Amino acid sequence: METLLNFIQSNLETLYVVILSIFLGIEVISRVPSVLHTPLMSGANAIHGVIIIGSIIVMGETSSDNYLVLTLGFIAVIVGTINVVGGFVVTDRMLEMFKTGKEGASKRTKNN
Amino acid sequence: MQTNILAICYLIGSVSFIIGLKMLSHPATARKGNLVSAAGMGIAILGTLFLYKPEGTSFHNYGWIAGAIVIGTVIGSISARKVKMTAMPEMVSLFNGMGGLCAALISIVEFGHIAQDHSDMHVLSILAGMVIGCVSFTGSMIAYGKLSGKIKDHTFPGQHIFNLVVLVVIVVIGAYIIHGNGTAPVFIFYSILGLAVCYGILFVMPIGGADMPVVISLLNSFTGIATACAGFLYNNQVMLTGGILVGSAGAILTILMCKAMNRSLKNVLIGSFGGTAASAEHAISEQGTYKEISLSDAAMVMNYAHKVIIVPGYGLAVAQAQHTCHELEKLLHDNGVDVKYAIHPVAGRMPGHMNVLLAEADVSYDDLLELEPSNEEFGATDVVLILGANDVVNPAAEDDPSSPIYGMPVLQVWRSKLVIVNKRSMRPGYAGIENGLFFRPNTSMLFGDAKAVLQQLVSQIKEL
Repeated sequence: METLLNFIQSNLETLYVVILSIFLGIEVISRVPSVLHTPLMSGANAIHGVIIIGSIIVMGETSSDNYLVLTLGFIAVIVGTINVVGGFVVTDRMLEMFKTGKEGASKRTKNN
Repeated sequence: MQTNILAICYLIGSVSFIIGLKMLSHPATARKGNLVSAAGMGIAILGTLFLYKPEGTSFHNYGWIAGAIVIGTVIGSISARKVKMTAMPEMVSLFNGMGGLCAALISIVEFGHIAQDHSDMHVLSILAGMVIGCVSFTGSMIAYGKLSGKIKDHTFPGQHIFNLVVLVVIVVIGAYIIHGNGTAPVFIFYSILGLAVCYGILFVMPIGGADMPVVISLLNSFTGIATACAGFLYNNQVMLTGGILVGSAGAILTILMCKAMNRSLKNVLIGSFGGTAASAEHAISEQGTYKEISLSDAAMVMNYAHKVIIVPGYGLAVAQAQHTCHELEKLLHDNGVDVKYAIHPVAGRMPGHMNVLLAEADVSYDDLLELEPSNEEFGATDVVLILGANDVVNPAAEDDPSSPIYGMPVLQVWRSKLVIVNKRSMRPGYAGIENGLFFRPNTSMLFGDAKAVLQQLVSQIKEL
């Protein structure tokens, strides 16, 4: 019990950040139209690619002759980058479709 | 100085994630929102690369890091650009798995440092990051395999209880490691790693392919939590806020997706789609007779109808027939037929899948009807043309309480005068459920690949 209280006391700021972020996440997307579910999921997927920062830190702090950690870190940076870059590009491609759709539609109404 | 600038970079990153997500949830600003988050991500990554100063030691291995980033960027951007619109959901799942793997690898490395100075909470976040990361990684890979048709549903009796037992064992071993303050033998750590990998597979395996979007969204949320664990470990605010944000937004999104299918999350996860064997047998006994319609007849009735509604589904996406479909729609429209599209919210493999696809073919937004307006119009419709949709037009959802999809809102196409169903064969749809619609008296089947059939319909109508 005491350890828990100590933990809360020493990590109060972090706890605030966590709790506020939870509410923020819920609030930000609670009224999203179903058409956007897929792009939104894909966009959120790209955002958690921020984990790559952790893998960069791991790599940077490792001494250059620790080959096991270097290999693991190397793979981690690669897959993290794939998550970030791929995630944003795929999301952009999905949303691009929406945009051309609207422009195409407005163009057509003009022609009519 | 450097550290302060880095802190500001992270702050910008966090804020841009929030703004980006917010913009992503409105159609007009969505694309910009994605770019805002991407820019924030770029600032945070560059800041880490050039400004991060670890205590005591210097930052090195730049060559390795740069090499890995280049390789990752090339693989990521090429695969994201090359993937077909139909395969987008698989791709998202794959990328999500990469994030999970990254989180798991970080935790594995950090566990090696665990004996040094870490508190219980740090050990906990390492373990949580690893377990959640592994589950997310293997789960996403299975989800990818199912969506691309490489893996079939597998389940065995008592699997839910078995899964639960595995989960409890993971928690117990985790508690043991934390209790020993991270000094437990390494093989115990690797056993928890192995169990987490297996749990991801066991978790997704019994869930039906049609429910994969929900599962991917849930795993996406998991990866967010794993990211937040790593953020806590490194006391890194941008990872912490980004991870938690995705964790909670992903959880809400999962629930919203379930709501769009009128099901509960519990129902999806331990739900009934797993029982395909039973429903398949049930289906065979029920299979009645269906009738076929010839291409020329189909062209005729559509051309002389007053009102035609097209119901697109996954079959349209697979055949890449959206352009041909638009051509047919224009042709009919020019001949004085009122043509609309009825879009079920979960038609295809993902919510919004059909909207994206038809938008690609320049179909006007005004011609797309959502579920409820469509159902109001079917009564006054002469011909409904179903292109590769199945479960979303299954009457069992309304009148068969034993059906796994009972209660899901469906398009009531059977209320129109004539229903023409284009399918490749009589095989049941993705959820593995037989569709009584095909055997109704006002339904006719038009077998064949959606694109080929549509092309032939177009040429037949031109000749009329």
